[in-house]
Amino acid sequence: MAAHLKKRVYEEFTKVVQQQHEDLSAKKLRLTKPSKSAALHVDLCKATSPADALQYLLQFARKPVEVESVEGVVRILLEHYYKENDASVRLKIASLLGLLSKTAGFSPDCIMDDAINTLQNEKSHQVLAQLLDTLLVIGTKLTENPSVRMRLVEVACKHLTDSSHGVRNKCLQLIGCLGPVEKGVAKEVESQAAKDVQKIIGDHFNDQDPRVRTAAIKAMLQLHERGLKLQQAIYSQACKLLADDYEQVRSAAVQLIWVLSQLYPESIVPIPSSNEEIRLVDDAFGKICHMVSDGSWVVRVQAAKLLGSMQQVSSHFLEQTLDKKLMSDLRRKRTAHERAKELYSSGEFSSGRKWGDDAPKEEIDTGAVNLIESGACGAFVHGLEDEMYEVRIAAVEALCMLAQSSPSFAEKCLDFLVDMFNDEIEEVRLQSIHTMRKISNNITLREDQLDTVLAVLEDSSRDIREALHELLCCTNVSTKEGIHLALVELLKNLTKYPTDRESIWKCLKFLGSRHPTLVLPLVPELLSTHPFFDTPEPDMDEPAYIAVLVLIFNAAKSCPTMPALFSDHTFRHYAYLRDSLSHLVPPLRLPGRKLVSSPVSPSITPHEDPSQQFLHQSLERVYNLQHLDPQGIQELLEFTIRDLQRLGELQSELAGMADFTATYLQCQLLLIKALQEKLWNVAAPLYLKQNALASAAAKQILEETYKMEFMYSGVESRQVVIIHHMRLQAKALQLIVTARTTRGVEPLFGMCEKFLQEVDSFQRCFISELPHMQGSFVDKLLDLMPRLVTSKPSEVVKILQTTLRQSTFLHLPLPEQLHRATANIIEPTGESDNPLRFTSGLVVALDVDATLEHVQDPQGTVKVQVLYPDGQAQLIHPKPADFRNPGPGRHRLITQVYLSHTAWTEPCQIEVRLLLAYNSNRSKASAKIPKSTWSESLEALPQSENGIEGTIPFSKPVKVYIMPKPARR
Amino acid sequence: LSVFCLGPGAGQDVGRSCILVSIAGKNVMLDCGMHMGYNDDRRFPDFSYITQNGRLTDFLDCVIISHFHLDHCGALPYFSEMVGYDGPIYMTHPTKAICPILLEDYRKITVDKKGETNFFTSQMIKDCMKKVVAVHLHQTVQVDEELEIKAYYAGHVLGAAMFQIKVGCESVVYTGDYNMTPDRHLGAAWIDKCRPDLLISESTYATTIRDSKRCRERDFLKKVHETVERGGKVLIPVFALGRAQELCILLETFWERMNLKAPIYFSTGLTEKANHYYKLFITWTNQKIRKTFVQRNMFEFKHIKAFDRAFADNPGPMVVFATPGMLHAGQSLQIFRKWAGNEKNMVIMPGYCVQGTVGHKILSGQRKLEMEGRQILEVKMQVEYMSFSAHADAKGIMQLIRQAEPRNVLLVHGEAKKMEFLKQKIEQEFHVNCYMPANGETTTIFTNPSIPVDISLGLLKRETAIGLLPDAKKPKLMHGTLIMKDNSFRLVSPEQALKELGLAEHQLRFTCRVHIQDPRKEHETVLRVYNHLKGVLKDYSVQHLPDGSITVESILIQATAHSEDQGTKVLLVSWTYQDEELGSYLTSLLKKGLPQSTS
Repeated sequence: MAAHLKKRVYEEFTKVVQQQHEDLSAKKLRLTKPSKSAALHVDLCKATSPADALQYLLQFARKPVEVESVEGVVRILLEHYYKENDASVRLKIASLLGLLSKTAGFSPDCIMDDAINTLQNEKSHQVLAQLLDTLLVIGTKLTENPSVRMRLVEVACKHLTDSSHGVRNKCLQLIGCLGPVEKGVAKEVESQAAKDVQKIIGDHFNDQDPRVRTAAIKAMLQLHERGLKLQQAIYSQACKLLADDYEQVRSAAVQLIWVLSQLYPESIVPIPSSNEEIRLVDDAFGKICHMVSDGSWVVRVQAAKLLGSMQQVSSHFLEQTLDKKLMSDLRRKRTAHERAKELYSSGEFSSGRKWGDDAPKEEIDTGAVNLIESGACGAFVHGLEDEMYEVRIAAVEALCMLAQSSPSFAEKCLDFLVDMFNDEIEEVRLQSIHTMRKISNNITLREDQLDTVLAVLEDSSRDIREALHELLCCTNVSTKEGIHLALVELLKNLTKYPTDRESIWKCLKFLGSRHPTLVLPLVPELLSTHPFFDTPEPDMDEPAYIAVLVLIFNAAKSCPTMPALFSDHTFRHYAYLRDSLSHLVPPLRLPGRKLVSSPVSPSITPHEDPSQQFLHQSLERVYNLQHLDPQGIQELLEFTIRDLQRLGELQSELAGMADFTATYLQCQLLLIKALQEKLWNVAAPLYLKQNALASAAAKQILEETYKMEFMYSGVESRQVVIIHHMRLQAKALQLIVTARTTRGVEPLFGMCEKFLQEVDSFQRCFISELPHMQGSFVDKLLDLMPRLVTSKPSEVVKILQTTLRQSTFLHLPLPEQLHRATANIIEPTGESDNPLRFTSGLVVALDVDATLEHVQDPQGTVKVQVLYPDGQAQLIHPKPADFRNPGPGRHRLITQVYLSHTAWTEPCQIEVRLLLAYNSNRSKASAKIPKSTWSESLEALPQSENGIEGTIPFSKPVKVYIMPKPARR
Repeated sequence: LSVFCLGPGAGQDVGRSCILVSIAGKNVMLDCGMHMGYNDDRRFPDFSYITQNGRLTDFLDCVIISHFHLDHCGALPYFSEMVGYDGPIYMTHPTKAICPILLEDYRKITVDKKGETNFFTSQMIKDCMKKVVAVHLHQTVQVDEELEIKAYYAGHVLGAAMFQIKVGCESVVYTGDYNMTPDRHLGAAWIDKCRPDLLISESTYATTIRDSKRCRERDFLKKVHETVERGGKVLIPVFALGRAQELCILLETFWERMNLKAPIYFSTGLTEKANHYYKLFITWTNQKIRKTFVQRNMFEFKHIKAFDRAFADNPGPMVVFATPGMLHAGQSLQIFRKWAGNEKNMVIMPGYCVQGTVGHKILSGQRKLEMEGRQILEVKMQVEYMSFSAHADAKGIMQLIRQAEPRNVLLVHGEAKKMEFLKQKIEQEFHVNCYMPANGETTTIFTNPSIPVDISLGLLKRETAIGLLPDAKKPKLMHGTLIMKDNSFRLVSPEQALKELGLAEHQLRFTCRVHIQDPRKEHETVLRVYNHLKGVLKDYSVQHLPDGSITVESILIQATAHSEDQGTKVLLVSWTYQDEELGSYLTSLLKKGLPQSTS
């Protein structure tokens, strides 16, 4: 083998020389690529010093290597490896071996033996570590092969005694990644090793080098991740590691303890220095809580984060985390929280504090005070007061998770969360507001807490305010004063920041509908009605008044006595608002206005089912298309599409589904129409005029299919197949049309070939779905494939035409949930008549504020497009940070768009709209196509054949009036 | 290692910190504070006590100042210039910058206002500052060849530091004043696991566990905000440095956040100068300020302006920070008198007030105050008390002890009764000795110093190669010769030791006779012994030499027939001193006799 290889190398070697020769002759010829291995060999032979060789290797590493030549390259590298005296070069070679074995499609088992052999004589620790790393790469590529893994693990175990930490590190990593996890596989041989792996790693928990200790814990965690059930015995070992001197070790140990606590939550462990025993999860919880006051913030963050996911912990342990016994001069003192609570329950509120109000009360028994060893005690109090905001955020998150699972804890942690609203760092404030929102169904705010919460409404940051509005939307308030307070503060907010209008209205809508009984007694005051006198009618367009009305009307929805309190103009305003702000004002059953309200409100629930039924029925109808005459088909499709579109408008929950189906049917309709064109019967010279419709149809179908694939969330692979199938048909149509209209065969060759490739890739991607597609276009096409491949383009076209006509209409199965991505630009409003003036050549920033619904991965896909009147279009990629996520499926884009243009003589409008970018490579279908792992080579790879990138506009364009002025000289 | 608390300041009392530590023959003075309560000689520590009559410079190796509060550095010019000390004085950069301002201010008050003589002069402060060596955080400063010091962050005030003093392997950590909970402008104290022999910790709040800072901050902000919204004026009497900056930051950020417009004033004075240093020493502040200073330095206040006397009469809401903090004199009192009559206004006392001051009176609820000139001032304004203290509480102290893992703890700077409680807790929970010396009392702590010994690399490698793989956690036995010469210890191989000392090598051999009942011939016996040993000692090289003797490593075994009884063979076992272990094992093995071989 080796001899053969060498021969091949030399052959290639000679070829290279020849090529150089030809180059000299200055004739530009397209040559086959020189083989990598040969070139490398030449380079390495030329290298006179280790530094030179290193340079060559570095250069070599920058270029990708084809799969076929990997093995050859590896052999050459190994050959040089044995010859090389310089450790740095050997190191580079070793690392190259690892890189090479990562090459996609290359199976590294053939080089494994060599790699293991190299380990034997290696003296340098660094090279040894690198070689083990290479083995790790090889091992991870060959995970299916247990004997290989066994061998590698054995090698690793052998080198565990090495004196260098790097080598031991790598060994442990290798064992962690490759150690056997299945129990009872080939019992005799492997069970011994399997048992050992944990022990071997466990032995290194006490290694002298902290890096090795860390690696050992990490390897243990790796084993756990791979499914090995860790032994409980490790727990005590891990607990000792918590007191390690090094932060990485402690951090990893915290993780390990967490893992064990999840594995054995219910087993009992003894408390040292006493006879008591507690559940392991409680013990672990206490220990991790302890780490929240660790010296290193990395560990603190880690610990705080993990606390959140320990939900099995018993509740009295949990509640201790919020408890920090205060004392002053050895006397028990109540916390400010307790005092606030007491004040509240005793009926007086916010009396203003006197000095000595917090004077300590009872004496404390000195023996009973535990200052530090109390485990969980006060962990969150510490975490929330931490110096680093990372720790605070982690603590808030953990609080959130724990509170979600325990209502009593939620009630208790409320005070602390409210306190966090005043944190100095905005992210922390924001995070705590979000947390509060998430647990809001478990809690009811006391008035004094509400007071603190509402104080934040004056925050100058828009995010904070909006988050707070969201929070208020779903909070429970206990008293009518609370509601009043909230309303007053919201109105204050409204006057201070008029831009918050929408969000405040929405907030009041929910506030009203949640607390109808609390709003009821406030109504006369809010509407300032008087039992005897008529009060002046308030201004209808005032945002504050609208806000009050929104609150009242929403409360009135479930409180039928309320409308009696309204005055005449209130009813009028209701009618107006119901029309203009229908999303905020609910339908009401008002006395004497039955006509407006009664048919809508009671019939909401039973209405849903029939509409769903209707949707399915209309689809059923369509599937019988086959049996109708062409005219009938067209009509039926047209009607169904119309029905569906109307249904989508009426029933917002079904809009996505209806639109999706309508689009699909639309495509089908277009296809049918195009196929029925007279064009096909007309003589060739006349095609040119006639093809307009058909080719336009093909184009439109293509566009629609992209929309179907990328604009809807919830599309499953079954739908994707159908969509792709439709696209294939459109392409076929396009091909036929082109074939008919162009003279000559030359361009057709390319097109045909491309089309066949596409059919092929379709088949590859959706092989599992093909059985469902009996009688479809592609099914027939695949039957004819052998013929197609061999025949001439003109014949191909003919075949395609007939198959296209004969093929049946495919049933489109509907997924559970389907939502259409929508976007709505809130700002700019497009109403302004004042042009935005700026000096030409300079830039002006335009604030764009939009809500996006049902967009997956908006950071990657949503773009802003600006169209100038001269047809110039500009595409802006918003920063990932510009997207906020206020709720599931919803996103908010708040960004700035920079505009610039040369001077205009008069102001003109530009259009701003949002686009949804897609890349058909990204689709679920082609996700399986393996990608090369050579990071550098990614760009060099040609885009895979169906990589079409494009954009779909999905928001209404907004016009902005701008005026670039000429610069003054 | 002994610790001596000089003067009534540092021991079981607050104020006048001055501690002498002598560690492995080095003498270090920690802090050099004055007592605010006295105006005579008692305000400074009695330095003559240190050396009796000798020169201070000869006795002290260095002086360390933990932070710029006068009770930690007030006596420094007196000590260095008037008593006379020329050695190095160590402090952190911010302390070095701010300390002279405060000293100068202190001097002005005592000399210019109270007209005292025999006090240090401005020039003395300057001269004293010239002796100061500034250190960075975590920088190890080599004072002399053996003594090294290292500073850790302590929170408390800008530039406050804890110091680790290390001589050889003995070390002491002195905390100065520190704060384990971060505040609006400073971070929390932090120390690594340095495991000192002694931790000298302050214990001001030894018996207090404080409520979370947030509640206090929120209350404070809410009160100020409410008053300002009502159109009232808020007076906050403060001392110029430390808390004032924290409250400024707090209000400044709140104003920024809430978009408030009411003016905030700061009565000028040394504050401006000090603020300048706060701006400069950004690295010493907390995370938030450090992270945002590129955009805007938090100490460049946007909403806080300098105060002018005339502003006090301006209509509309305002917030004023004024000195001094106890309302006993000066600007704060003037403003207080102007505003006290209006119930819309508010005064917030952010700290403790000494008995007898106006501050103390109003806090204890007096509504009618008698001012000088028999005026009666009726206080209608609201009076609030907010404690913003920057000392570690009991939990904080325990946390620091947990971080540093000292072998002994010594509590200073606190009240005796409170310290007693903490001492008990520390001993109970960490199982370390805890001391709380009274003033003038010397505490001696015996350490268990480990003595470093140099070992030649060759020997080390040879010795480690013998046994199993090295395990750091277990002690390992080594063979070598310990040479103690010129105050240094070396472990060398015996050969080298002999060479160095010019001695000839003597060999010590042990010889032992073992009688074995064996009727066979000598060489057969030898052969049996050989086979037996070969079977038992698998790891050693057992050889049968042609002259009829057996060697096991370097041990020689010879067999001869007993002169009288031919049935008894005498085995002669001989080994050198180095092989004692193996040799004695062999003899005991042979004494058990040979196994009755079947062959």
